Parts: sequence; C-alpha cells; structure tokens
Amino acid sequence: MKIGAPKETFKGEDRVAITPQSALALQKLGYECLIEAGAGAAARFSDEDYKEAGVEVVKTAAALWKAVEVVAKVRPPSDAEVKKLRKGQTLISFFYPAQNEALLNKVKDRDANLIAMDMVPRISRAQKMDALSSMANIAGYRAVIEASNNFGRFFTGQITAAGKVPPAKVLVIGAGVAGLAAIGAAQSMGAIVRAFDVRPEVAEQIESMGAEFLFLDFKESGSGDGGYAAPSSPEFREKQLACFREQAPDVDIVITTALIPGRDAPKLWLEDMVAAMKPGSVVVDLAAERGGNCDLTVMDQKVETKNGVTVVGYTDFPSRMAAQSSTLYSTNIRHMMDDLTPEKDGQIVHNMDDDVIRGATATFDGAVTFPPPSPKIQAIAKAAPKAPEKTPEEVAAEEMAAMKKAGRSQTLTLIAGGLMMAFIGAFAPASFMQHFIVFALSCFVGFQVIWNVSHALHTPLMAVTNAISGIIILGALLQIGSSSTIVMVLAAISVLIASINIVGGFMVTRRMLAMFQKS
Amino acid sequence: MSTGIVTAAYIAASVLFILSLGGLSNQESAKRAVWYGIVGMAIAVLATVFGPLVELSTILVVMIAVGAVIGIVVAQRVEMTGMPQLVAALHSFVGLAAVFIGINSDFNPPAGMIGAELIIHEVEIFLGVFIGAITFTGSIIAYGKLAGSINGKALTLPGRHLFNAAMVIACIVLGAMYMNHAGPWTLYAMAAIAFIIGIHMVMAIGGADMPVVVSMLNSYSGWAAAATGFLLGNDLLIVTGALVGSSGAILSYIMCKAMNRSFISVILGGFGGSKGPAMEIDGEMIATDADSVAAALDDADSVVIVPGYGMAVAQAQSSVSELTRRLRAKGKNVRFAIHPVAGRLPGHMNVLLAEAKVPYDIVLEMDEINEDLPDTDVVMVIGSNDIVNPAAQEDPNSPIAGMPVLEVWKAKQVFVSKRGQGTGYSGVENPLFFKENTRMFYGDAKASLDGLLQKIS
Repeated sequence: MKIGAPKETFKGEDRVAITPQSALALQKLGYECLIEAGAGAAARFSDEDYKEAGVEVVKTAAALWKAVEVVAKVRPPSDAEVKKLRKGQTLISFFYPAQNEALLNKVKDRDANLIAMDMVPRISRAQKMDALSSMANIAGYRAVIEASNNFGRFFTGQITAAGKVPPAKVLVIGAGVAGLAAIGAAQSMGAIVRAFDVRPEVAEQIESMGAEFLFLDFKESGSGDGGYAAPSSPEFREKQLACFREQAPDVDIVITTALIPGRDAPKLWLEDMVAAMKPGSVVVDLAAERGGNCDLTVMDQKVETKNGVTVVGYTDFPSRMAAQSSTLYSTNIRHMMDDLTPEKDGQIVHNMDDDVIRGATATFDGAVTFPPPSPKIQAIAKAAPKAPEKTPEEVAAEEMAAMKKAGRSQTLTLIAGGLMMAFIGAFAPASFMQHFIVFALSCFVGFQVIWNVSHALHTPLMAVTNAISGIIILGALLQIGSSSTIVMVLAAISVLIASINIVGGFMVTRRMLAMFQKS
Repeated sequence: MSTGIVTAAYIAASVLFILSLGGLSNQESAKRAVWYGIVGMAIAVLATVFGPLVELSTILVVMIAVGAVIGIVVAQRVEMTGMPQLVAALHSFVGLAAVFIGINSDFNPPAGMIGAELIIHEVEIFLGVFIGAITFTGSIIAYGKLAGSINGKALTLPGRHLFNAAMVIACIVLGAMYMNHAGPWTLYAMAAIAFIIGIHMVMAIGGADMPVVVSMLNSYSGWAAAATGFLLGNDLLIVTGALVGSSGAILSYIMCKAMNRSFISVILGGFGGSKGPAMEIDGEMIATDADSVAAALDDADSVVIVPGYGMAVAQAQSSVSELTRRLRAKGKNVRFAIHPVAGRLPGHMNVLLAEAKVPYDIVLEMDEINEDLPDTDVVMVIGSNDIVNPAAQEDPNSPIAGMPVLEVWKAKQVFVSKRGQGTGYSGVENPLFFKENTRMFYGDAKASLDGLLQKIS
C-alpha cells in the first residue's frame, strides 16, 4: 500500500506528518511513501532529504491524494480536502470529532476510514502513539520560552557585581503533560515553580519535577476518565480561585494548561487576578484555542493589559517548533501504522477489536464510530486504600500491650522454671544442685556473650567452640589411670581425639582469623 | 598441686573461655581472643594433669602429643572450602569421647552413692552417652555429606517420623531398665540405637539445611560435655559445655530465622511442600556474555556481589577477589552481600572471602545492605539462588515464602553467574532469572569470572 503526506493547508501550520526518518521506518513495514513537494520545507525537511530516504515526491496535492491509500496529516482536513477522500481510503490526522461533527459526517459520506490521532486512548500500550501528549510536551516547553521572551528579567536568581537579581516565580495551572513539561523547562531555567492541579494524585509528579504543589484542603477528587481532569463543583472552584487570587500579586509568570476533554476551557485566571499582577508579568494561555483559561486571552494574539501584563494566546506552539514536533508526530503516526500492520506486509488490518485502534477510529466502513466505548483498562491505577495511620497514642498503647504480653510470658516461664527447680531441688542431693547453679549461670553467660558475636565470625566461632569443647579431655584424664584395661584404653582414645580437637580447633581458628584483613 | 589450686585454675580457665567467645564480636579483638582460649585450655589441662587426681603416665603424654600433632597437621592442611567438613569431624570426636567417658563411668561407679544421688548419677551417664552417641554418628554423616562422599540429598524414608519416635521410646524404656539395674547391656543397646538416630536424623536433612545441622551438632557436643561434667562432678566441664551448647543453639536459631523455618521442621528433615500452585512467571531467561558484563561493570559506580555455595564449589573466591581488586582500583564502590545461610556453615562465605584477601569491611550482612540495593548499578550473583529469590516476598504459595532474602532485583542491573538453568536447593523456580533487568551469565563460576577478568584491566 502507499502512504502519503500532503502539505498542510491550514494557514501558519508548519508541521508535516511524515519525515524522512519516519519514512524509512514505514518502508520497513512494507509501505511505499509519498510526499507532496515542499510539504516538509517549513519544518526544514527538503524534498532532497525525502528523495534520499526513498520517498516519492509528488508535485501536487491532488495527485498525492489520488495515488495513496493512506493519507497522513497533522491538522483536520479542510472541506476541500475531504472532497478528495475516496471510498476505502484511510485518513490519519488530528480531528477532534467531538467538535467537528459536521466534518465527521462529511468524511463518513465519502466512505473513508478516519483515524483521529487525538482519540488515541490514554493507556500504557498506546503511549508511543499518543500524539496529544507529544504535542503537549512541546507546547509546555514552548510556553516557557514564549513567556521568557516576553518577560523582561532573568528566570534564575543571580547575585552579580551589578546587584542582586531575584528569581522569577512561575505558576503552572494544570499539571498534565504540557504542564509538567512547562514545570520542567521553567525549573531548569532557574525559576521558582509552583503548580496546581485539581487531581490530587499528580502532586507527586509535580514534586518530582522539583515544583511546589499548591495544596487545596478540600475533599473532592478532580480525576475523570482516561487520566484527564473532570469538571469541579462550584464550592471547589471558589476555593481554587481564592488560592489563585492569593498567588496573583506574587508570581511573575502564569502558564495555564487546564482543559477538560470536549468542553470549553474553564476560566481560572480572572480579570482581577491579571489586574493584581505586577507590571511586566506574563500570562501564557495554552488553552486559548478553546476559549482560554484567562479572561483576557485573545486567541492567536499577544495582548498587553493596561497594567502592563502580557497575555499570550497563541494556539500554534507546536508549529512554532515545527522540526521537533514533526519528528515526534511522524513517529506517533509510524507507531500507529505499526499497530495497523500486524504482518508488516504493507497491508492495513483495521482491527476494531483492538482497544487502541477502536478508540482512535472515528469513521469506519461508512459509519460514524465515535464516540468509542470507554477503554477496558484504566489509565492510572487507583491507589489502594491505605490503612488509617495509627495515632502516636495507639502506637504507644500497642507497644505497651506487647511489652505487657512479653512480660507476662516471661513471668510465666520464670515461674515454671522456678517450680521445676524446686521439684528437682526437693529430690536431688545438694552436690548436684551446686553443679546445677554453675550450669544454669553458664548457659545465661553463654547466651549473652554469643549474641554479640559478629555474623562474619560465625565460622571461627564454631571452630573455637569446637576447640574448647575438647575440654572433655579432663574427664578422660581423670579416667586414664584406671586399673581396668578397657577403661584405660577407652580413656586413652578419648584423650587422643580430644587433643586433636583442642589443638586442631585452636590452630584453624587462628589461621582463619589471621585472614580477616581490613582494606 | 592441691585441689584448691586446681579449682582456682578452673575458675581462671572458665573466665578465659568466656573472654575468648566474647572477643569474637569483631575481627580485631578476635585475633587476641583466640589466645585467651588457648591459654585457658593450657591452664585447665596442666592443672588437671598435675593435680591430685591424675597420675602422670607415659601413655597420657604420648596420647596428648600424638593428638596435638594430628591436630596441627589437619589444621594446616585444611582448605577453607573444606571448613564445614573439618568442623563436623571435630564435633564427632567430642561425641565419641563423651560416649567413652560415660561407659567408663559405668564401669567404675564412685563408691558410696545411694538413693537419689545414685539415680541422678545414672541419669547423667545415660544422658551423656545418649547425646554423645547422636553427636558422634550425626557428625560423621554430616562430614560425609559436606565432603561429598555421601549424597547430599535428603533421604526421606517412608514412616521416618514413626521410626524416630520408636527409637526414642526404645531408649527411654532402656533408660528405665538401666535405672533399675538391668545391667550394662541396656546402656550399650541404648548407645547403639542412639547411633542409628544420629545417622538417620542427618541423612534426612538436605544440603542447604546443613548450616543448621552443623550448628545443632555444635550445640549437642557442648551439651554432651556438660553432661560429662555433671557425671564427673567437674564444674569446668559444665561451664564450658554450657557455653558451647548455648553458642550452637543460638547459631541454629539464627540460621532457622534466616530461612524462616522452625528448628523442628529443619531437624525432622525433608523440605516443606508448597501450599498451592506457584505463581506464574512471565518473561524469559536472557543469556549474556563476558563482554557485556564487563561493559556493564565498567559503566557502574556501585557494584554488589552476592556469593553463594556455588562460588565455594567452583573455588572461584580468588577470581572474585581479583575482580574486586580491579574494580576498586578503578574507584568503583564494590561491596559483598552475605546472606546468613549462604554456604554450608554459618559465616562460611566470610571465611572464604577473607582467605581470598577481600577486606572484611566491604563484606556486609543482609540487613546492612538490603536498603542500598535499589541504588546499586550492578549486582553480581555468583552461585547463589534461593537467597536472592523474589518469590519469598512475592508468592505466598512458595515453599520459601517469608524467608528473608537479598532484594537484588531492585538494583538497576543483575548478572547471575550460574552453571545451568536448574533450580536451587529448595527446588523453587527463581523469578529473578526472568526479570527484565536480569541477565544470565552461564558457566562454571571460576571459568566465567576468569573470562571476565580478561576483559577488565
């Protein structure tokens, strides 16, 4: 089959859906790759580069659309482009089917199959084709660059010969992929970064990036389906705005990234907050395309308020870094094709039972297949319910109980032992009891001493106890003078082997201990 | 020499023995401590020999001299890998001596004993011979298993628990008869049965449980000495026997704890079956070669080596030491992690590494190093298996569930030097080998390491 990428027709769009690099990988999957002449020029990929990678360069868009079975694009198709679709052709691009219903129906009427890259489900297996995340990552980075471009000061604090420079304070609202990328970029430029998100479980991620999580004391989780945020209750919103209002006079740069799928962007940075900011501050609104998180955002424009705050409402952050975003996006496409081509033979197998393919497919076989059923796997595993933390009093009480129990069992053992001693003492002769005292005390001493022996010296310990248990020689020595021959012989053998024990045991212990050396 | 002076000498010997054991709390004081033991023993023996109760005779001197020479020769010839056998052999001597002394006492009963005193004396003889006999044959079998002349696998006869119980009951019956003066044959019969108990008990215990067995026999040899002390009324024997007995008991306890098994279950032999189907293991064993191990070691800043019995079998400790020396020369942080039951004797690995001149301050215990493992770049597992098995923590149905293990899988990269794909002593499949960060470095440990050394200058 043939796969091709036309030049993007949307004004100001510099990205391209196939790069020379991704074309090489696509060819390995068995596809022939085509590109419209000049499609990659804005992203710094020349037609020559493509030719070198074995890509056929087609003069016109019309010829390309006609030649290929699979069209890879970045932006949703224009009306004119939809008309070029034919039955059975597959279109892969961003589409936002929820907002573009009319366009979706037109694609359906053309009997074409549509894979919307923005609909790839957010599950681990699909991360490699999650174009929204890769674009959001770039947008987050670029937002910081735009902010610093419009901000008249350093990000990092410095003490120079010419005076002290305070570090910039950056507030990131919404810690999705874009937010986290913005946190990382701002952090590495030296700013003090704070971040807010309605989903409490991302606090850890925020802190792992080195930012401070603005914590709201409010019992409501803002987590929704598929790892996105859900709309919040009015009370929660009030609390949240109060928190932002407190931050407004303090922060220099605000980057808002709050979006809820399929809805207008929530207004989070209100007019009075902008008014409270210091002159020269910057607001970068990554949600501008959907109405913006900031009251004063003007889509696709940079405006300056009366009090000298710059509000950036660009919507083309990824396109502003076209080379980088084309590379990532084309890789996402390539991974999608990988999943669509299980046999690696250049033939698409549109498996509607596959969670990822099903989720991303918006029209198939002349029918609209949007919205997809919710994915079977949850994006982020719910944290296991934690056992309630024990209060210090409870811990103390438990320790007390354990101590008491140990004390009781020890007392019982002592009583039992005492009774047994008394029993033996009642019958046994005094001489035995005297030896018994020695025995009992030696056992105690032995236990106390041996517990302190280092684990590393257990083998020498065994050897030395071996040697001293040769003390049994004393018994044999006492018997060796016996008049009975058999006693004498047995005692003599005992003396012999006990001597081996003593001498051998001590010698080998010395040998071992001498080997232990410090570095 | 008067009895008073002899007793004073015994007190001095007891104190010196206690100091000797106490000194083993660290490597430096231990070197001095062994001298306390030697001096204590010399005092005790000389005081007894020149004491009022012993007549100095040629045979006595000859026996001591011959024994000393044999002891010196054995101690100097023994390989460090052969330590477990030597220790077991020495235990058997104490056991045999206890049996002989007990029988001798039966021949020559001290005069003037009546009633309770006589009964206690007979109980002492009986117990001394019983413990001594079990220690003797048990140690001989342990020696055979450790030296490899007897199959190391656990021998599990059908109805073996019943067999053991029957023998113990027979001994008790014989004991009762002995107390009632049925004649010395009861004592000999009991000794014979105790010999069989000792053989059967140790035969039923498999290779990796040997540390427990050896320390248990160590303990028994002590109790046998103590029992002899009672029957001879000699306090020094009682003190020393009690010290040795409690030492062995503590060692057995530590070993059992390290395997998460009860002492009884180890001694009864065999290995506990699993309580349910083992957890499925995903993934595959991925083999690797010396080049990639060398490359990984080259990149690593911190390396932890986990030696096991396999290292001792392959005599690979000097290669390990050389590897350690070269890596340390490159400024890498190399340490050893020793599991309490690694090897066939408590502390076996420490002695082997010390012999190969690995400095002891980089040889750490499990508890000391487990929390450092997640930050470790490379872990090299050399000839150990069960002690690094994650199933002990992850699979509640595993026969080794709950056993404390070295958490090597938490390290960034694990290399396992191993002969083949088989399981360890417990017969449990090791999921470590299937983990994504594990690579198998197959082959004889010494050959593999020597190959590796050529790649690391």
